Amino acid sequence: MSNANTLTPRMAALSLGVLLAFLAAWQWLPPLFNVPEFILPGPLRIWNEFLRMIAVEKLWHHTGITALEVVVGFVLGSLLGMVIGYVLGVSPRAELVLSPYILALQIAPKVAFAPLFVMWLGYTVYPKILVAILIVFFPVMVNVLTAIRTVDPDLINLARSFSSSRLQIFHMIEFPATLPPLFSGLRIASTLAIIGVVVGELVGGNQGLGYLLMYGEGQGNTAIVFVTILMLTLIGVLAYGAVVWAEARVLHYLPRAQHHAT
Amino acid sequence: MTQHAPGVGSNRSDSNIRIEFRKVSKRFAPQNAGAAPVTAVEDVSIAIADGEIVSLIGPSGCGKSTLLNMGSGLYLPSEGEVFVDGEPVTGPNRHVAFMLQKDLLLPWRTIRENIEFGLEIRHVDAAQRRDTAMRLLNKCRLSGFENHYPHQLSGGMRQRAALARTLAVDPKVLLMDEPFSALDAQTKMVLQRDLAQTVVEEKKTTLFITHDLVEGVALSDRVLVMSRRPGRIVREMKVDLGDRGDPFARRLSPRMGAYVKELTDLLDIGHQELL
Repeated sequence: MSNANTLTPRMAALSLGVLLAFLAAWQWLPPLFNVPEFILPGPLRIWNEFLRMIAVEKLWHHTGITALEVVVGFVLGSLLGMVIGYVLGVSPRAELVLSPYILALQIAPKVAFAPLFVMWLGYTVYPKILVAILIVFFPVMVNVLTAIRTVDPDLINLARSFSSSRLQIFHMIEFPATLPPLFSGLRIASTLAIIGVVVGELVGGNQGLGYLLMYGEGQGNTAIVFVTILMLTLIGVLAYGAVVWAEARVLHYLPRAQHHAT
Repeated sequence: MTQHAPGVGSNRSDSNIRIEFRKVSKRFAPQNAGAAPVTAVEDVSIAIADGEIVSLIGPSGCGKSTLLNMGSGLYLPSEGEVFVDGEPVTGPNRHVAFMLQKDLLLPWRTIRENIEFGLEIRHVDAAQRRDTAMRLLNKCRLSGFENHYPHQLSGGMRQRAALARTLAVDPKVLLMDEPFSALDAQTKMVLQRDLAQTVVEEKKTTLFITHDLVEGVALSDRVLVMSRRPGRIVREMKVDLGDRGDPFARRLSPRMGAYVKELTDLLDIGHQELL
């Protein structure tokens, strides 16, 4: 592996320097150009707002609700995507019959369903989870389906030449062969899950970070909005990191370079 | 053409025959409706005696791989039949195993687990699988690599692992489709020797498809030459160099050149017959 791809202490220091420079510019540049704080609050103002929101606005409670919705939506949506992906993958006929509808649903913007789900399920966590499930489902299903279609037929013939059953072909070849693309799908899904949940919360409800976004907007308090965006990003980073962590464990047999490439 | 099928060794008794293709043809449905079906092989008869190695040489696309797939029971012939030990082949069976140019090692399995693959499909218990795998790892000179993953091995080692996996199910017949053609010249020679020794020791009957005329002669008792599509066996050549377990010695034999010359000529004759 070349030096350019590894994080040396020097590179890490440089990376940290970029962050500090950015924060400093954010703190001191806007006042120089007379940008008022209610338009663009500086990092210190946001930090103080963060502390205030923990104390007064139940920030951890709202963050927890959103994180819960993200995790539940991600897990259920991924499972559904995997199940449907594998079922369609092993039965090309079912795929042929259902593909126009799947395509249509895939093209439909999933977040547009959010108001509908809120109308159906009220101001609860369920419509948010449902939007997340819907938005997570497609990248997972499509990746699984494509992967199972592109398994080397010679591998399947090899198993068949040993008189394998259909089930053995699935669990000894097709399933493990689809894991790398499945994880690529899960990575995308982990970031999409948050979008689904936030849109659901924006549409209706009185808890979660999406609600705090609306609340901050209503108050004209840009700092609340910034704090909320940062918390959403934090949830996203953790969710993505969890998928990458799981991927590194499950796909430990792949050469390292391949890990980074996919 | 000839009176008796050219692939059948005339001096061998039928009881000795391990695998036989009897007047086998294979047609595939055309890609688009209305077109004529594609005939991959036509009226091919080959009989291979117990312990014999027969090489099959011919131009690309002449249906060699189709023959091999029919031998392993993956396709059934459109006409004619394949017999293993006198029993007609109706599907994949435990007496035949194949090996391709691609090693087909599963990247998520260690080398040992890859070698055990066929045994696992056949529900052999874990302890016995392990014994077989370790014995073959040793035989194929892969000891110490049992817990490595395929990507950690060189091409030659991977192909030796593929050979070990093929031998693990203890087939009577090995069907090999250009197994060494992706390897560099030196690795290839070493693997040819390994294969030749293994086949002698384990008394395997082998049908070996190759593009490499020297390889075919060095490894085989007989070389069959196929024509362009639709593939037919146009000629049979017996190789009488002795010492089949040592392809190095055979390569150096002064008569090697004559055999290769004869094959080169035969392949040209094959062209002219069909053009």
